Amino acid sequence: MEQILANGIYLGAQYAMIALGLTLIFALMNVLNFAHGQMYVLGGFVTYTFYGQLGWPFVVALLASCITLAVLGALIERFLFAPVIRRSSREESTMLLAAGLAFFFDAVILLVFGEKQRGVPKIVDGVFNWDFRLIMPYDRILICVLAILSIVSFILFMQYSKTGRALRALAQDRTAAQLMGVNVARYSMIGFALGAMLAGLVGGLLVTITGVNLGMGGPTSIKAFMMVMIGGAGVISGAIAGGIILGFLEAIGLAVLSQYGDITYLLIFVSLMLFLAIRPQGLMGKPWG
Amino acid sequence: MIQWAGVVIFLLAVFIAIPGFIAASGRSDLYYTLTSVALLSIASAGVWLTFYIGRINIGQGAFALIGAYVSAVLVTKAGMSFWLSLPLAGLFAAAVAVVIGVPILRLRGVYFAMISLVLTQVVTLTALALPITNGAKGITSIPLPGGVSALGLTLIPDFATLENPRLAFYYAASVLMVLTFAAMYRLVNSRLGHLCRSMQQNEELASSIGVNISYIRVIVFAISSFLGGIGGAMFGSIAQSVYPSSFQVADSVNFMLNCFLGGLGYVFGPMLGTLVLYFGWDLLFELGRFQLLAYSSMLIILMLFLPNGLLSLRLPGKKEADK
Repeated sequence: MEQILANGIYLGAQYAMIALGLTLIFALMNVLNFAHGQMYVLGGFVTYTFYGQLGWPFVVALLASCITLAVLGALIERFLFAPVIRRSSREESTMLLAAGLAFFFDAVILLVFGEKQRGVPKIVDGVFNWDFRLIMPYDRILICVLAILSIVSFILFMQYSKTGRALRALAQDRTAAQLMGVNVARYSMIGFALGAMLAGLVGGLLVTITGVNLGMGGPTSIKAFMMVMIGGAGVISGAIAGGIILGFLEAIGLAVLSQYGDITYLLIFVSLMLFLAIRPQGLMGKPWG
Repeated sequence: MIQWAGVVIFLLAVFIAIPGFIAASGRSDLYYTLTSVALLSIASAGVWLTFYIGRINIGQGAFALIGAYVSAVLVTKAGMSFWLSLPLAGLFAAAVAVVIGVPILRLRGVYFAMISLVLTQVVTLTALALPITNGAKGITSIPLPGGVSALGLTLIPDFATLENPRLAFYYAASVLMVLTFAAMYRLVNSRLGHLCRSMQQNEELASSIGVNISYIRVIVFAISSFLGGIGGAMFGSIAQSVYPSSFQVADSVNFMLNCFLGGLGYVFGPMLGTLVLYFGWDLLFELGRFQLLAYSSMLIILMLFLPNGLLSLRLPGKKEADK
């Protein structure tokens, strides 16, 4: 039981971070970022290169992941999404662009890093063992704590900093924010960069545990979509709730249903559909927000 | 008049000029490519129809997979003729769409897009878990479609006895495609089509003037999935095998891309989009490992300069021939 709870918290914290970035981008620009999983993989590969290959300190490699993805996100927003949103007659066109970007990242990752599974040396050795009731390697605990810290600092940033306030205003009402003197173009770019940076950060954190490979992008995007749907699209508290709920469902499912094989995800999907039939906007979303 | 000329030219090209050209040039591998294009464009037409009521459908792969499995199971386990299993596969996919569609069609915008994306994953996992679908091993060595004869007259020859089954598949797929798009054109210009357009613009308004929106959207989703099922079933028959990975999330995304690329405002958009995307992908094969890079860059550039689809770029004179 303790083990399941601990696994749930561990999975939930990392999922919540992935969902946060996706929901942030969605809230600001109404863009469903298909490439989010690929951004996550890219972040993992950057950390792998700096920490695993070049032997730099882990923290520096993590920072490098964040900066790379933030710059990439800013450039993508500035030169791809903003012009397409301006020119297109339907806002769904951005989905095609996002899907194209997902393919593009896949191609770049394939060319630069290859298709092999990559891992890095452990950051801390040893296993926490509480009387065989709760077993957890120290590095997982560390990553979990780091993830929770990042989520808390992200929330504080959104609540109290000037940028955070501007971003929230933008998410609430674009036109009103513009009338109040928020530089919409600039903050859209910052928001997209921030979302991409979160994806890169999780990628960098998780590469120490699960490693990273090319095929992880798509499934990660799907999981992130599910979390966002559970919590409600475009709501930050919803993304966190969705991440934690999915993390716990997965932990419990894998523990209880393991003898039936791949059935956990099937059950999660089916219950998600039933849930959405009753509450289409998710736990905390605005109706049709 | 010009419209009819366009249709006649198109039909002549599909049924006479292309086979003639292939026979002359000896590139019989093109049959397979073109057959795939025809089948994928049928499934994409379904996606296009859900766009027509303002829903972004990224779940067509799910229904294509359902159709492929239903047909494969009926042919291999029940020994049914493929030509009978084809409509049944479509109907089964449509029935599933009605059951799933009643709850999920209440969702809109991104929510529907996301849940439909999840749907593909659900069907793949179901196919892995159910005993009748044979798990990850899939259903293999499905026999080629048999013959159909009525009153001693051979309507469709037995594909296994033909010396060139590829050509037969090409004709079958093309006939299906032409029928599909004729039906789509008729549908869009019918009363139902007008109601769909009203829903695309504003569901509340449409509902308030007496359009039964929940009924129409389920019907449209069922038609869409029917097309997906047919396309998938035919695909399974050509490949003579079905696996849970036959249609994946990437395929669902591709169906959606076909529609976007062709243009959402035009009935024949999905056909053009499929042709361009599929051939684009094939042509880029020369580039080897840069194939995906070039392909995705092209997509991004196309989106940057033609965000409303290829058919929004209208050449003078082509305008009428299209209709």
